[in-house]
Amino acid sequence: MGFFDRTARGMLMGELLSGMALSFSYIFRRRATINYPYEKGPISPRFKGEHALRRYPNGEERCIACKLCEAICPAQAITIEAEPREDGSRRTTRYDIDMTKCIYCGLCEEACPVDAIVEGPNFEFATETREELLYNKEKLLANGDRWEPELARRLEMDAPYR
Amino acid sequence: MQALAPFFATDAGILVLTMLKALAILVPLLVAVAYLTYAERKVLAAIQLRKGPNVVGPFGLFQPFADAIKMVMKETIIPAGSERALFLLAPILTFALAMLAWAVVPVADGWAIADINVGLLYLFAISSLGVYGIIIAGWASNSKYAFLGALRSAAQMVSYEVSMGFVLVSVLLCVGSLNLTDIVRAQHHMWFCIPLFPMFVVFFISTLAETNRPPFDIPEGESEIVAGFFVEYSSMSFGLFFLGEYTNMILMSTMTSILFLGGWYGPFGLLPQIGPLWFILKVCACLFVFIWVRGTFPRYRYDQLMRLGWKVFLPFSLLWLVLTAGALLAFGWLPHA
Repeated sequence: MGFFDRTARGMLMGELLSGMALSFSYIFRRRATINYPYEKGPISPRFKGEHALRRYPNGEERCIACKLCEAICPAQAITIEAEPREDGSRRTTRYDIDMTKCIYCGLCEEACPVDAIVEGPNFEFATETREELLYNKEKLLANGDRWEPELARRLEMDAPYR
Repeated sequence: MQALAPFFATDAGILVLTMLKALAILVPLLVAVAYLTYAERKVLAAIQLRKGPNVVGPFGLFQPFADAIKMVMKETIIPAGSERALFLLAPILTFALAMLAWAVVPVADGWAIADINVGLLYLFAISSLGVYGIIIAGWASNSKYAFLGALRSAAQMVSYEVSMGFVLVSVLLCVGSLNLTDIVRAQHHMWFCIPLFPMFVVFFISTLAETNRPPFDIPEGESEIVAGFFVEYSSMSFGLFFLGEYTNMILMSTMTSILFLGGWYGPFGLLPQIGPLWFILKVCACLFVFIWVRGTFPRYRYDQLMRLGWKVFLPFSLLWLVLTAGALLAFGWLPHA
C-alpha cells in the first residue's frame, strides 16, 4: 500500500469505526454471564466438590477403614485412625480431611471400594476461618446425610461410564 | 421571592444568590458523576456480555452510593516518604478545578452562572490547569509508578492541548466570540459538527486524551504502572481524583456539545422549549461514546500516542484551521466583517 492509500485509510478511520460497530452490536447479544448467587450453571455428575462420607440405607456408615484413600491422597490431606468396634466390625475412630490441603483430584473417591468417601456437587463451602476447613468425621458424615439423595443420583448417572 | 428582591440586590445578596446557583449546578453534577460510574460499568458489561452491577437496589441503581460509602470508610494512607501537604493538595486541586470550570457552562440560553465574554478561554485555561493536580500527585507520592504516570500524563495533556487549541480557534473564527452562549447561538441554524466535521473528530479524540480515558489512559496504565499518578492514594483522597476524572469527562462532553453539537438547540430546530433537555441528551450521548470507545480499543503505546498528537493531529488541525479561515474570508462569511 502506498503512502497516500494508507493515509487516506487512516484518516477515514474505517477500521476504528468497524471495530466500534462490532462492540456496539455486542450490547444486543445474549449475556454470557449468569446471575450467580441466584442462578447457577449446570454441574456434571462427575463434578468434584466438597467431600462427604456416605452411609448405608440402614444408617450404618460405609467406611471400613481400609485407608486406601489415605494412601492414595497425593496431597496427604486425609488422616485415618481405626480400631475394631465392640461388635467386632472394623470402623474408623478418626477420619479427617484437611480441605486446605485437598486438591480435589477425586482419587479418594476412585480408590474407595465401598463408595464411602465421595466428592459431592457442593462448591459453596467457603468459611471465615482456616480451622473450619479442617473437616473431621462428624462433619463429613453430616455432609453425607445432607447430600445423600443428590450423591446417590450422581453415582447412578455416572455408573454406566465406570 | 418578591419580598427578597431588595436583599438580592445587595452585595451579600448577590453572594448568596451565586452560591445557590453554584449549588444548583454542582449537586446535579455530583449525582451525574455517581451515575456516570454506574453507566460506565453497565455499558462496559453490556459490551463484554456481562451483567454489570445489579445487586444493590433495583438494577443495582444504588451501587454508586454503596461505593461512595465504602470509599469514605477506608483509611487515608499517607506514605512515609511523601510530601504531606502537596500529597493532600493534589486531589483537592484536581477536584476543585474540575468543579470550577462549570461556572461558565450555559445549560440553556442565559443559564450560565457567569456569562463572561471569555468563557471558552476560561474553560480551556481551567482544563489545562488540571495537569497540575496530576503532576503534584505524582511527585508528592514519592513512588516510581506515580512519578512515571505523572510524567506521561503531563506530556500527553500538553501535546493534545495544542491541537485542541487549534480546533477551538477554528470554532472561534466561525463565531467571532469567546462567549459560550454566543457560540451556541451561532449554531442556531447549523451545528458546527457538520461544516467542521474533521475538527469535531479531532476535538473529540483530543478530549479522550485530555481526560486520560482509554485508549489514551497511559497515565493510569493499570497493567504497566499499576495506577499511575494515584497509586499511593486511598480513601477520600483517591475518591477526589476519581470524582475529578469523571467530572472532567462530563465537562469535556459538555464542551463538545457546546462547541459542535449546538448546545440547547434540538436537531432541525425541534422542540425549542425543552432546551436544557436537549443539552443533557447531547452530553449523555458524548459520554456514551466515551464509554463505548473504552469498551472497544486497547491502550495506545506511548510513542504511538505522541505520534498521533504531534505528527497527525497538530498538522491536520493546523491545515484545517487555515482552510476554515480561508473559506470564511473567501466567501465573506466572517462574523462581524
